[in-house]
Amino acid sequence: MTETKAIRVSLVQMRPGQKGRIVEINGGYGMACKLDALGIRTGKEIKKISEQLMRGPVLLQQNQTQAALGFGMASRILVEVNGEDKI
Amino acid sequence: MKILLMGNPNVGKSVVFNRVTGANVIASNYAGTTVEFTKGSMKLGAERAELIDVPGTYTLEPTCKAEEIAVEMLGEHTDGDVVINVVEATNLERSLNLTLQLLKRKIPTVVALNFWDETKHKGISIDNKKLEEILGVPCVPICAVTGEGVNHLVEKIKEAKPSGYEYEDNQRWQKIGSIVDKVQSVTHRHHTWLERLGDASVRPLTGIPIAAAVMFLAFKVIRFIGEGLIGYVGEPVFEKLWAPVMMKLSAVMGSGGFLHDLVIGQLIDGEIDFGQSFGLLTTGLFVPIGAVLPYVFAFYLVLSLLEDLGFIPRLAVMVDTLMHRLGLHGFAIVPMLLGLGCNVPGALSTRILETRRERFISATILSIAVPCAALQAMVVGLVGEHGVGYIAIIYGTLFAVWVLLGVIFNKTIKGESPEIFLEIPPYRIPYMRSLGKKIWIRIKWFLKEAIPFVLLGVLIVNLLYTFGIIQFVGKITAPVVTRVLGLPQDAVGALIVGFLRKDVAVGMLIPLGLTIKQLVIASVVLAMYFPCVATFTTLVKELGVVDMLKSATIMIISSLIVGGLLNLILP
Repeated sequence: MTETKAIRVSLVQMRPGQKGRIVEINGGYGMACKLDALGIRTGKEIKKISEQLMRGPVLLQQNQTQAALGFGMASRILVEVNGEDKI
Repeated sequence: MKILLMGNPNVGKSVVFNRVTGANVIASNYAGTTVEFTKGSMKLGAERAELIDVPGTYTLEPTCKAEEIAVEMLGEHTDGDVVINVVEATNLERSLNLTLQLLKRKIPTVVALNFWDETKHKGISIDNKKLEEILGVPCVPICAVTGEGVNHLVEKIKEAKPSGYEYEDNQRWQKIGSIVDKVQSVTHRHHTWLERLGDASVRPLTGIPIAAAVMFLAFKVIRFIGEGLIGYVGEPVFEKLWAPVMMKLSAVMGSGGFLHDLVIGQLIDGEIDFGQSFGLLTTGLFVPIGAVLPYVFAFYLVLSLLEDLGFIPRLAVMVDTLMHRLGLHGFAIVPMLLGLGCNVPGALSTRILETRRERFISATILSIAVPCAALQAMVVGLVGEHGVGYIAIIYGTLFAVWVLLGVIFNKTIKGESPEIFLEIPPYRIPYMRSLGKKIWIRIKWFLKEAIPFVLLGVLIVNLLYTFGIIQFVGKITAPVVTRVLGLPQDAVGALIVGFLRKDVAVGMLIPLGLTIKQLVIASVVLAMYFPCVATFTTLVKELGVVDMLKSATIMIISSLIVGGLLNLILP
């Protein structure tokens, strides 16, 4: 793996503090709508703020918005992070 | 003419509403404070217009009940109506999503750019003139909590017009992107300490201790202020100032007789005892004002502070995992917290939850196991004399019931609990004037709700005793009340009156001379067995008659089981 190669991980697999770009949202129409309303959609740069213990919610920041989303939802959002940020 | 205040959740619509109408509605720093619409009237030149505070919504494609209300209200508009679209200037991109959807409806619109002061701290600069040109409607910068720009906003209402901005729905985000690029520039800046604190309180390592410390401190402060006010203000005022007046009135009324006992109550050793006399002007006033109000004030002071700061959504994140065991998600902590003040606003706020299943579970465990401030104040006053340990038994039992019932519901009621999905607002320093106003609204609401019902409760207590009804019902229910719960027959009076007011019901236990074990059982049963009439009517409205009947059956059965168990277990 080269240092600059981008890796795809789910929001759950990202480390807190890590940044990335959303590349895929594997959810139904309802989930996509809800995320969309907060500006969370494919192509957006996001930063993971934190995750809770025992498969708790994940917090992410997009632009000026912070949102908490459940573990299941977070695991269906795929993010491209830079390869040098080891996961 | 109608003016609709619309915007994303938590952008300050209610603050604008209060400013413009001079009315009083509750505003807090989290999404979903307004779950019903509120109407007020405002002056617009020589005319009067009706201003409507609509629940917040992210889109015109609703995802929860509060949002549905918003979309319905927009559908009911008629010609000549105006929309004030309140947007968060610090979050322009996201806000414009709703704005563009609104503009497409071709209703005359004014855009209010709220939190204008915050954009400066965040290094955001917005060209509102350019935005105006692009959207084709007036765009007014305001800071709602301080009132800056609000007058200007009102002046601009008559310039509201349907926008000429056109776009295809599937192009909306691209259009928003290009608008934001044109009107907004962001300069880099360092994190403020509030942002650092915000992040720290959602990381498990620091967040859990912070949440625990805040809750502990909240309880300490509420008890300190509540007890202080009772000891230094409530009791002295009643004992030193009001008692002599009542004694004179008692003498005038002949120190006895039916009317005397109704107004003044029974004299205990020739004196008035505000806890035991049970007259309308003695116990009837002392319970709501002397004993309960201090705790209600202390509770709402602390709750309002935490709300305006923005702590509640962060707490919701921290308790999310626990709440999922109860078939709910973290945001369901909001009805529970509000319920600790009064179950009525608690039950109303279950509307922020997405599914019927969640609303049933939360409303039921709320009315069974979350004691309101009025009940708590009386219980703490009555049981506290015997030691804090007994209070801990009561709270511990209720908490265990809350968890256990939730777990049972989660296992037995079909359906899944949706995942949490919640915007986390930045921490904000509460603005003291709006904080004071909010506490005042809640106190006023409490007094208006409590005093009539307490007086009615005291009246009914007197009638029940005079006509021997308590003794009669006591005999009939003796197998349950005496055998199962281990309470004296007369305690059934408290259970009857508890349907009206729980604080009066606890007060009725005082003259019975119960043992501490009986006091603990009676307190727990009174909290659980049935909601008071105000909560009951709210629950019927929110859940429907069928679900409410189910819920009520569960309440009665579980209170008997828990009361019976306590009777067996406690020494």
